Amino acid sequence: MATILAVDDSASMRQMVSFTLKAANHDVVDAEDGLQALELAQMQSFDLVLTDVNMPVMDGLELTKKLRELESYRFTPILVLTTESGTDKKEQGRVAGATGWLVKPFNPEKLLATIKKVLD
Amino acid sequence: MVIDISQFHDVFFEESFEGLDIMQSELLELKPGAADPDSINIIFRAVHSLKGGAGTFGFTAISELTGILESMLNDMRNGQKDITAEAVELLLESVGLLRGMLTAIKHKAPADDVLRADIQNRLTLMMAAETDDVLESDNLNDDSSAATQAVGGWEIYFKPHPHLFQTGNDPVRMLRELATLGEFSSEVLDEKLPPFSDLEPEDSYLAWQLTLKGDIPKEEVLEIFEWVDEDCDFTIQALAVEVSEPVEESMLDEPEVTELTSEAELPEQTVSNDEAVADAPLPELSLQTVDTVADGTNGKTAPTASSSIRLGPDKVNSLMDLVGELVITQSMLSQLADNFSPEMLPDLIDGLAQLERNTRDMQEGISGIRMLPIHTAFNHFPTLIKDLADKTGKKVELRLTGEQTEVDKSIMDKIGAPLALLVRNALDHGLETPNVRLASGKSETGSLEVKAFHQGGNLIIEVHDDGAGLDEQKIFSKAVEKGLLSANVELSVDKIHKLIFLPGFSTDDVLADESEHGMDVVRNNIESLNGVIDVQSTKGEGTTFTICVPLPFAIIDGQTVSVANEKYILPLVSIIETLEINETDIKHVTGKGELYTLRDKYIPIIRLYDVFNLKPVISDLADGLVVVVEARGQQIGLFIDDLLGQQQVVIKRLEDNYRKVQGLSGATVLGDGSVTLILDVAGLLALYRDPSLAMHNERAA
Amino acid sequence: MSGQPKVSNLDDLQTENECFEYFAAVDNDTEQYLHFTLADEDYAVEILRVQEIKGWKPVTSIPNSPEHICGVVNFRSKIVPIVDLRRYFEMPIKEYHPETIVIVLRVEGVSERTVGIVVDSVLGTHNVAPSSIKLSPDLGDGINTAFISGLVAVDDRMMMLLDIDRLLSIEALG
Repeated sequence: MATILAVDDSASMRQMVSFTLKAANHDVVDAEDGLQALELAQMQSFDLVLTDVNMPVMDGLELTKKLRELESYRFTPILVLTTESGTDKKEQGRVAGATGWLVKPFNPEKLLATIKKVLD
Repeated sequence: MVIDISQFHDVFFEESFEGLDIMQSELLELKPGAADPDSINIIFRAVHSLKGGAGTFGFTAISELTGILESMLNDMRNGQKDITAEAVELLLESVGLLRGMLTAIKHKAPADDVLRADIQNRLTLMMAAETDDVLESDNLNDDSSAATQAVGGWEIYFKPHPHLFQTGNDPVRMLRELATLGEFSSEVLDEKLPPFSDLEPEDSYLAWQLTLKGDIPKEEVLEIFEWVDEDCDFTIQALAVEVSEPVEESMLDEPEVTELTSEAELPEQTVSNDEAVADAPLPELSLQTVDTVADGTNGKTAPTASSSIRLGPDKVNSLMDLVGELVITQSMLSQLADNFSPEMLPDLIDGLAQLERNTRDMQEGISGIRMLPIHTAFNHFPTLIKDLADKTGKKVELRLTGEQTEVDKSIMDKIGAPLALLVRNALDHGLETPNVRLASGKSETGSLEVKAFHQGGNLIIEVHDDGAGLDEQKIFSKAVEKGLLSANVELSVDKIHKLIFLPGFSTDDVLADESEHGMDVVRNNIESLNGVIDVQSTKGEGTTFTICVPLPFAIIDGQTVSVANEKYILPLVSIIETLEINETDIKHVTGKGELYTLRDKYIPIIRLYDVFNLKPVISDLADGLVVVVEARGQQIGLFIDDLLGQQQVVIKRLEDNYRKVQGLSGATVLGDGSVTLILDVAGLLALYRDPSLAMHNERAA
Repeated sequence: MSGQPKVSNLDDLQTENECFEYFAAVDNDTEQYLHFTLADEDYAVEILRVQEIKGWKPVTSIPNSPEHICGVVNFRSKIVPIVDLRRYFEMPIKEYHPETIVIVLRVEGVSERTVGIVVDSVLGTHNVAPSSIKLSPDLGDGINTAFISGLVAVDDRMMMLLDIDRLLSIEALG
């Protein structure tokens, strides 16, 4: 069981992700944008961060960069959820310090299989 | 674990409609040629979210369309594509289309595929016109299918770069994952491990030589390493198949080797499936273009035809009864649940059986018929208004509210045209040009509001503009000229305004290029729905048309109230607040009855038992409650004995089997099968002012 | 309830005329009527118009409505008015109890409506040949003859056939 921060500006995606993770017995905290996520991340520690890329206020790449600058998130797995399957976005995610990505659309099964790659 | 993602659909619909609203208002603001990058970004993001959600929830048609829109907007965002008026127009049309598609999905109704194909074609053509490379990049499938050839296994060399941990990846997890794919063995190569004193605990020093046996698709192996392909040295080589077959022989000769240290090769291999999917719509679409163009003009006329339902009135009625029964069963069950005890078990079982029966009947009966949100009728207003504004040089802000208000299909079919005409007229004749507006001290931009909502069992639509108002003199003289009335008749301003609904009345000034569809046609359409249309206009301030059409049935939230041993239901929406007051708070005004001062406003107190001629149980104001209710802008204090529960009720019309009763909008059947009457606040006010309305007809002699 | 005129044996048919009437009664031309009573008077309505015969259940009274409108009830998810025929015909009133009979009728007019009437008792059905219907004379005892479409003699009793479309029209009900 892990504590996971899920960030997405879409309420339905947030619901789907957190419902799925909770159903798999994880603790989930969700945020609507990067800035909110960053604030939450500083208030408590997370085992994994799942973030959408395209968001208002602060996007997922910026969030990743900012998190990596924090001592406590240097090694934390950060997965970006991206609709862009193109190499560009993934490359940017990597440069920002993301652990990996999950290409949208994904279903709950895919989500769980993917986070298994980075969780014990 | 199987998770039913349909449970998130409602949220998805809600946020998508919001997103579309945002897109629409941003698009309407967009100035072709000089677009605000922020606006484009907002629009892009809305499309992007919609695409993501639609993909996730399996609405492929929507994700396909939004995919095209997204790449178009992306090009606009990057300056690779001009933001032309034509493009904005097409984007607006797409928003309308998306709204229609979402609505159709939400209501499990058939979608307008013809319109979609048409818009997608035009989008694709517009994209292709400027970007030649759209149709490239579609041969990626071949590579990946080659990679899926059966093999005996894989030989892998994996050497993470020192900083690998800092990406959040962990080689141990990856190896563990790999081990789940087949027969796995590994050899740790630790020659790079420095002396302990030099060891950076945060760095990775080890390398692995891995063997994975079994018929494992290469993608599955690559997928495990896909996130680290730039953070490691990696080679993968096919193992010999243990039982050799001719086909695989050739593979043995040339073992496949993929070096992953080079840039971007791994992503391309592993991602190719995704890309193939994402890119597929484009070539397909260009084919569609050919199809539709080939079969001529019917492509454009079909949408209206495909959106209509044919149903006999009997069928409609029986379905409506079914809905009513379902609601009754539901409320019976919740009543049971409220104070359930074991001896009520038989009732519960009966109730559930009834529910099952109702549901099945519904399912069988419902196919085809549906309530639609009114926005289908509103859909093209933004485009219409934009067109007209461009043509007339007027500036207008269009506000649509209550687009989700549900309307029976039969109403929808008849209300669309009259509404469009009213909207047109408001812009053509109601609103002034910017100069005139400025001169008369108004803001340059006129406001046009279309508002739909339910009130009691009625659908109300208001079309309001803040323009010049109707010209009484012109209307009057026109009516005289047409011989509709004689010149020496004296009419109130209100009555003159209503002349525009008279058959045969259509002045060029009131109706420019639509003279064949006069206001009388509007009125006829509304009246054929048993509705009424009214107009309120103030010179210099604007005009409001109000359409009121009874709904065949409506479900409302009701507040049950008690008075004089009777129970009635008040529509919750009409309730503003509930007060406890004393006789001393009341002013008695001759001819106006009892008045109460509520925040500097006098509101009449109407004793419900009085207007209904009931024998009161509570007549002292201090012992009962005053419910402040509002109807058509007028507030009244309704004096009742007490408030009881709240519940959803189906409004049934009294006039279906009896007659309209003043002060009542209908009745409903409660869970126990009993009937409760539903109050009509506007009617009560009228009854209070004119008690003679209560008089029933004298018996025929 | 009998479905036929009260004839159990053909031997009972004494005269040729009676015999003729019997066979005419089962002929397609006949219409079935539901026979009910109201303050010792005999009335009948076309059986095809009867949707249901049921016991009295509490009604929801309609404010500001005439006295003979008891109120409305839920009948097959429809809101149906219940008319007290005794009050309507200005006869002495009778208390309602669960055995009080309500006949639910289909009324035709501008649109089709469902209306319930409260009666004293239902006696049964009779086949009535149109030829046996006598046009109603002026009864002169307070009942509005405009609502009576004819008279039929059954078992020594005179049944008044009600024209329910007139009787229960909105205009008449008020």
